[in-house]
Amino acid sequence: MKKILIKSGRIIDPVNNLDKVSDLLIEGGKVARIDSNISIASDTEVIDATGQFVVPGLIDMHTHLREPGYEYKETISTGTMAAAAGGFTTVCCMPNTRPVNDSQAITEFILHKAATEGFVNVLPIGAITKGSKGEEIAEMAELREAGCIALSDDGRPVMNGAVMRRALEYAKMLHLPVISHCEDTHLSEEGVMNEGLISTEMGLRGIPNVSEDVMVARDIALSELTGGQLHIAHVSTRGAVELIRRAKERGISVTAETCPHYLVLTDEAVTGYNTNTKMNPPLRALSDVEAVREGLQDGTIDIIATDHAPHAQEEKEKEFDNAPFGITGLETALSIALQLVDEGVLTLRDVIMKMSARPAMILGIDKGSLHITSVADITIISPHTAWVVDPVHLKSKGKNTPFSGWKLKGKVSATIVGGKVVHP
Amino acid sequence: MELKSKDLLDIKSLDREEINLFLDSAESFKEVTGRDIKKVPTLRGKTVVNLFFEPSTRTRTSFEIAAKRLSADVINFSISGSSMSKGESLLDTARNIEAMSSDFIIIRHSASGAPHMLAQCLKSSVINAGDGSHEHPTQALLDLVTIKERKGGIEGLKVAIIGDIAHSRVARSNIYGLTKLGAEVRVAGPPALIPAEIESTGVSVFYNLKEALSDVDVIMVLRLQLERQGKNYFPTTREYARLYCLTAERIRDAKEDVMIMHPGPINRGIEISPEVADGLSSVILEQVTNGIAVRMGVLYLLGGRGEA
Repeated sequence: MKKILIKSGRIIDPVNNLDKVSDLLIEGGKVARIDSNISIASDTEVIDATGQFVVPGLIDMHTHLREPGYEYKETISTGTMAAAAGGFTTVCCMPNTRPVNDSQAITEFILHKAATEGFVNVLPIGAITKGSKGEEIAEMAELREAGCIALSDDGRPVMNGAVMRRALEYAKMLHLPVISHCEDTHLSEEGVMNEGLISTEMGLRGIPNVSEDVMVARDIALSELTGGQLHIAHVSTRGAVELIRRAKERGISVTAETCPHYLVLTDEAVTGYNTNTKMNPPLRALSDVEAVREGLQDGTIDIIATDHAPHAQEEKEKEFDNAPFGITGLETALSIALQLVDEGVLTLRDVIMKMSARPAMILGIDKGSLHITSVADITIISPHTAWVVDPVHLKSKGKNTPFSGWKLKGKVSATIVGGKVVHP
Repeated sequence: MELKSKDLLDIKSLDREEINLFLDSAESFKEVTGRDIKKVPTLRGKTVVNLFFEPSTRTRTSFEIAAKRLSADVINFSISGSSMSKGESLLDTARNIEAMSSDFIIIRHSASGAPHMLAQCLKSSVINAGDGSHEHPTQALLDLVTIKERKGGIEGLKVAIIGDIAHSRVARSNIYGLTKLGAEVRVAGPPALIPAEIESTGVSVFYNLKEALSDVDVIMVLRLQLERQGKNYFPTTREYARLYCLTAERIRDAKEDVMIMHPGPINRGIEISPEVADGLSSVILEQVTNGIAVRMGVLYLLGGRGEA
């Protein structure tokens, strides 16, 4: 394997409290040296990172790769290519494929595809319940054995509290986090956007904040009861932020994520019936956006995940009621996080922490830092490069982004996985 | 003045002048509909397509008569027997119709925003004939014409809209139209049928019908869609009627010259009692008559855009 020298970049590694301009040498797929002016042999590939950030590879805890079953939306190959373009070296793929990833066979299929056709590390998330039907818990020990690193019924919340209790208990024994899509589907009913003035004006059925809040409250209570490791997916409401804050104060084993779109968009973006603003949970009110930002600042919300949910154009080119939920996100997440740095909401260190180090800690994997001998998963970011989001140029098959036409700053100039350059 | 858009999708985006333009043009076409020969050549050679994805008798017929009186050719498309049942998307259906050189597409659809989607992709003028729970702009225009005729103006009137506000496109269009023209609008119904933050549109909310009707000039009764039963918006239609059915007794709280409106079709005995629906204060059939003149005016103004 070729040696790579990343020259004169600003190395930011929050875990090791490192933030300095230095060289970084990769040897044998691992971080070999971090030093100023490393001299090298002639067979070493040199990447000039002057004026750029060199950070531990980003980790997305919430990705939909769609394969098997929905290859017309995305494949493991195109999804991981999009991940690489967005600076992610590891993605955790949700189990709502067809069939649902509730078995060793599907997990192995995903890992095989990822090894042969993928561009970045893929860590599968197994289903909480068989077929994600919310009735009987899945064979979690087998899923773990096969390679699953967490459990979730994302998109199909476990409505039965007793089932969720048993799932948390069993998963605790296996040291697997349970990622909960918190939504009371009776309360959200057939809603398609946030409930509020905008839904009233547009005549669209609303999803009230409380449909998220009550399930966050329930799952926190169940985590307290069982001691199971709970991770709350895609937090979007001020109520959920407050519940998680109080749970953490009481020492309950809960972590949480939010997504870039809940940090920069409100339900006003839905005006005009653009189906690329339709996702679940929905874009909320300004007071929610502000609360989620605060939660991210004070550590209530641990990480930023993408909830990358690609769909085919013909599926989104429908009446708002009939279009599927979800937006593509891997290729815009980092730039939007960096926008929050410009706005003074987060520090650069926070961003790297929340998009790399913290996810690794939650998952209990040896990633997210650049210590010597660590596997060389590295992202190089050109922080001042401005670009305009044009869906046509996204690597993902899913062109369904609400950020089309947005002028963003900060572009990934190289993504290195296990010492190999996978992007560009 | 000229209309800003090639389409009529909603009342919300119209300004006061545009609304008045539609009302004035309806008044001049009313004269035509009163003639012995009720036809003018204004839209000769133009094609109007009625694209109705929801059952409708009144609105579709009204648009058809309006277009024919303007000498346009009218094609009626209904959901059954169309390619939609073969899985074609709404957008593809509409593009195919436009490829046959339509000038106007009048659409009714159960999904809010469906007309907006078409308007963005088509060159034809798109007229919203009711989309989901969103808007029904021509209904509001004909209601405004009817009120203006009876009351001489809109400004300062107290109007109560009663019933299922949450799911009513008629309520939304009327709220925008009436408030833009300076009326005071009240809405009344059981809590689950009053949508979130409706006060922010400038209306006041009542749950008690007696209070809502006190001293009003106009009462608009909405149709209670019977499929709303069993969803706990209200316990039963029996109890709904007990609280909200507009009876002769109840309209005594309103002004003496109150006018009673209903967009139809009526559930007699549920939201309105027969003696009120057929009584002297009722203008329900005038609304239907005015519908034709309003829709003639809409077609005329959208068709004449850019040619003046």
